[in-house]
Amino acid sequence: MHAFTYERASSGADAAARAAAGAKLLAGGQTLLASMKQRLSDPGRLVDLGGIGELVGIRRTGAALVIGAMTTHLAVTDSALVQSAIPALADLAAHIGDRQVRAMGTLGGSVANNDPAACYPSALLALGATVQTSGRQIAADDFFLGMFATALFEGELITAVSFPIPKRALYLKFKQPASRFALVGVFVAELDAGVRVAVTGAGNGVFRHTALEAALDREFSAGSAAAVPIASAELNSDIHASAAYRANLISVLTQRAVAQLVAQAAG
Amino acid sequence: MQLQFTLNGKARRIDVTPNTLLVQALREQLELTGTHVGCDTAQCGACTVLRNGHAIKSCNTLALQHEGAEITTIEGLAGADGSLHPMQSAFKECHALQCGFCTPGMVLSAVDLCRQRPHASEAEIREQLEGNLCRCTGYHNIVLAVQQGQRAMLAG
Repeated sequence: MHAFTYERASSGADAAARAAAGAKLLAGGQTLLASMKQRLSDPGRLVDLGGIGELVGIRRTGAALVIGAMTTHLAVTDSALVQSAIPALADLAAHIGDRQVRAMGTLGGSVANNDPAACYPSALLALGATVQTSGRQIAADDFFLGMFATALFEGELITAVSFPIPKRALYLKFKQPASRFALVGVFVAELDAGVRVAVTGAGNGVFRHTALEAALDREFSAGSAAAVPIASAELNSDIHASAAYRANLISVLTQRAVAQLVAQAAG
Repeated sequence: MQLQFTLNGKARRIDVTPNTLLVQALREQLELTGTHVGCDTAQCGACTVLRNGHAIKSCNTLALQHEGAEITTIEGLAGADGSLHPMQSAFKECHALQCGFCTPGMVLSAVDLCRQRPHASEAEIREQLEGNLCRCTGYHNIVLAVQQGQRAMLAG
C-alpha cells in the first residue's frame, strides 16, 4: 500500500467536512483496502467512518425501512425487522461475498462504490429506494450512473438508505463462483405503483428492465416474463459468460423469481 | 498511531503505521504467527480472526479499524490450561487437515458459524465456509469436523 494518513471522524457531519476537504471515506473497507493493496487506489488521506454510531442501525419509518450507511451485511441479514418487512433484502445481504466479508462490509460502502456486479444496487433500484446523504435525498433512479459512478458529489457522505416496503420481492443471482459477485442478479419487486425489475452484473452498471416490468405489470407470471425478448447488444461479455448467456440468465432468473413469488402467494 | 484493543482476552496497546494491516500487526508486531497469510487478497480465509465474535479476514482490514474491539486469534482459542477448544479437538479427531495452512482460519470461521447457527445443516455448513479455501483435503473431513465440533459446542 502507498502511505496515507488515517483519521477517525466523530460524526457524520465531521466525516462529510473532512471528505469535502479531500479525504477518502473508509466504510468497511472490503473493496477499498483490496484496491489500495494492489495500488489501484491511492487516497492519501483516509477518514474512518467505523466509530460513528449515528450511521448504524435499522428502523421502520411508516412504509419504509431506513438502514444506516454503516450497517453491515451481517446486521441486515440477522435483523428481524428486515426479515419480516423485506425478506428479499435480508436474503440478498446473506449472500454477499462470504461470512467474513459480510461482517465488515456495509450498505453505504457497497452503494457508494457501485460495482457493476454488486448486489445492493439492484435492491435500491428495484425497490425505488432513496439515498440519504449529508446534504440531500437522491432517488435510486437518479443515483446509479454506470460502472463505479454515482450521483454523489466529491465529499458527499451517504448517511442512510430508505427502502419502501414492497408487496412482495425476491432477489436471485447466478454467482461468479470465484469472486462471489453476481454474474447476473435480478431483483423483482411489486410495489403499489407496479412491478420493478433491476438487473446487476450483466451490464455497465445496474439497470431496470422496462420490458420485463411492463410484461409483469400486465400479468405477473413466469410465462409472461419468458415471453419478453432480452437484447444482449449492450450486455457484458467476458471469459466467464458471453452477452447472450447473460441475456438468457436475465430471462431465466426473472422467471424463477416470479415463479417463486407466485408459489409463495399460493402457498 | 496508537491502537488499543483486546487481544485474546488481554488489553493491548501498540503503535502502528496507518497502512499496517491487522494481520501484519498480529504476526509481525505481536508475534502471533498462527494467523496465516495465504492469498493476501481476502479470498482464501487463512487470515481469519474473530472481531467481537464474528469472523473477519485480517489481511483485508487495517489494524487501526479495530480500536476498542475484541480480537481473538487461533492462539486465544484453547483454554488457559492448554486444553483444546471443542472445534480444535474435532479437527484433530476427524483428520480435518493435511498441510494445516488453512486450519487456523477454518477453525475460527467454524467457531463463529456454530455460535451463530448452532443447528446449521451440512449444506448450510458448506455454504457458510465459502470464505475459507483448503487446497489439500477436499473439505469432506473439514465438514465432518465442523459437525462434530458443532455437537460438542452445543453439549458444552
